[in-house]
Amino acid sequence: MAEKKIRVVIAKPGLDGHDRGAKVVARALRDAGMEVIYTGLRQTPEQIVDTAIQEDADAIGISILSGAHSFYFSKIISLLKDNNASDIIVFGGGVIPESDIPSLLEMGAGAIFGPGTPTSVCAKWLEKAVAEKRQKETV
Amino acid sequence: MTDDKKNIPEIMEQRKKYEAKVEKVLEKRPERRKEFHTGGNLHLKRVYDPSDLKDFNYVQDLNYPGEYPFTRGVQPTLYRGRLWTMRQYAGFGNAEESNERYRYLLSQGTTGLSVAFDLPTQIGYDSDHPMAQGECGKVGVAIDSLADMEVLFNEIPLDKVSTSMTINAPASVLLAMYICVGEKQGVPANQLAGTIQNDILKEYIARGTYIFPPKPSMRLITDIFEFCSKNVPKWNTISISGYHIREAGSTAAQEIAFTLADGIAYVEAAKKKGLDPNVFGKRLSFFFNAHNDFLEEVAKYRAARRMWAQIMKERFGVTDQKAQTLRFHTQTGGSTLTAQQPENNIVRVTLQALAAVLGGTQSLHTNSMDEALALPSEKSVGIALKTQQIIAYESGVANTIDPLAGSYVIESLTNEIQQKAEEYINQIDDMGGMLVAIEKGYVQKHIQDAAYAYQRAIETNDAIVVGVNKFQIEENNKDMKLLKVDETVGERQIKNLKKMKENRDNIKVHDTLEAIRKAARDESQNMMPLIIDAVRNYATEGEICGILREEFGEYTENIIL
Repeated sequence: MAEKKIRVVIAKPGLDGHDRGAKVVARALRDAGMEVIYTGLRQTPEQIVDTAIQEDADAIGISILSGAHSFYFSKIISLLKDNNASDIIVFGGGVIPESDIPSLLEMGAGAIFGPGTPTSVCAKWLEKAVAEKRQKETV
Repeated sequence: MTDDKKNIPEIMEQRKKYEAKVEKVLEKRPERRKEFHTGGNLHLKRVYDPSDLKDFNYVQDLNYPGEYPFTRGVQPTLYRGRLWTMRQYAGFGNAEESNERYRYLLSQGTTGLSVAFDLPTQIGYDSDHPMAQGECGKVGVAIDSLADMEVLFNEIPLDKVSTSMTINAPASVLLAMYICVGEKQGVPANQLAGTIQNDILKEYIARGTYIFPPKPSMRLITDIFEFCSKNVPKWNTISISGYHIREAGSTAAQEIAFTLADGIAYVEAAKKKGLDPNVFGKRLSFFFNAHNDFLEEVAKYRAARRMWAQIMKERFGVTDQKAQTLRFHTQTGGSTLTAQQPENNIVRVTLQALAAVLGGTQSLHTNSMDEALALPSEKSVGIALKTQQIIAYESGVANTIDPLAGSYVIESLTNEIQQKAEEYINQIDDMGGMLVAIEKGYVQKHIQDAAYAYQRAIETNDAIVVGVNKFQIEENNKDMKLLKVDETVGERQIKNLKKMKENRDNIKVHDTLEAIRKAARDESQNMMPLIIDAVRNYATEGEICGILREEFGEYTENIIL
């Protein structure tokens, strides 16, 4: 049986309108064989988490260039917990100072990809992370 | 170059010899690439010569600076008379902190202000709105009411500086606040100088801070045109922006095509309202990106100037020369900055800024080296400003006008970009104009395809970005001193807002807001005087936009992927 395709929600939380990165990543992940749901702009954390659960997503990729990353990552990760959906991987990118990355990872983000990251690096990381997650689930 | 034309047979003879030589060289050593092209994918020849400009006509194609079609510049003496305005986009935290940064910039020799508002302000939410959570003061200054605006311009005389405000959907409200601050300083509206971005079409395409649907948005914009022609005559009522279109990934030719197509839509809307393009046309301004490909960028600005003059004259029958000119602001390309080896960004910005100056920009913002990581620190902003000062005072390029004119490659690229851009504009015309093209996703799709192609080019090393996919080094930027916005801005802002609301005349506020509601329903009324009235009585931006949201509805994004 063919491996189930990876399903990923690419999300733009809050008011930030910079969607070039989100759209490029969405297309690249699609070209890498994944099923990508792109939310569009101005999503609340609640909307993003709802979409991910309804779409049975393996992962949520968050793009933020407005400096509001700490707020949105913590909100989304805690909402996933509240909905018993902590198995959904959260990762992201944007304009995020390196010094903020450790605290985002500590909150439970799987990875933060800064500007200049090749999309192939992001896709490979996600493939691996989802494979590990699925293995855990079958045990 | 007229002499060149007479000599073409002789030149072609020399060229044959040259080509034979090239053949031989290529046998021994092939060129670095099979094909060379500009950053915007225009084919670049090995060498350009007079045969590339066979139909060149100096008066028709270039003419002198300040003369139609203004290819060489909008003003007869350009930088020999007055240098471009050095205008650094800035704002963060609350009004007090931003006011401090502005006064620092003015003390460092900046010659105009440029206000960055935070996202809630740009989208018409007060700081206490649930959607504003986490965003207050982050990408710009938080402004809720006239009270904040008074603090923002404290001790900054509005009759002495010109101020550009990056505000679009709620532009009327922020302009109204500026006018009211002027009143309080004793500066009448007719002496205020500055710009509001006020360009909603590119928000739908590329920037994302829209509020209302296109139709009422266009009405708010043309209301401003009308009001300012009579009352704030020195104000640039719109800054039709290609900057964000380019940042979203477009090519240079697409940047000017879509920007000028937006411009056409605004002129049409204003004409429909009965306004005279010879009058409001003088106050239209533009905003372009300065990207990496130096020659292409210089050619782009020249092509844009010539095209707009032709559009205004031929399409709209504009006879006033001032209304035919394309005056523009430039910002160096934010998306070209790298998080890797951030100091390299100083060099990128220098080259980009030089292209903008050689392209004849009226004002310029140079990005700071740390902006791929955060808002810029005071130190890096200082370097960015000094970069402009060095170009202006040391490089000598400002001392003669349009110095690259007549270069075979520059004139060829100028022609080619114009031709490419005109093809896009023709397609948009055929579709029924820019509003239809946006609705159909035509513009967004072209930009995204270009953005994706560029990303692919980097990942296949077809395009090189120093420090990113070539010449990388091990580095540790964890210790870089970045600007951190105080996380308590939101709380403080909410507290002040609450206090302000307790102290104002709430009956008056209610009445002025209801007057806005009534006017929103009657298209023959100009909204500006009513908005000024509400603002003067300390109605908040969120309250005014809230009423307009109820009356106009909200735009929902047409997702194109």
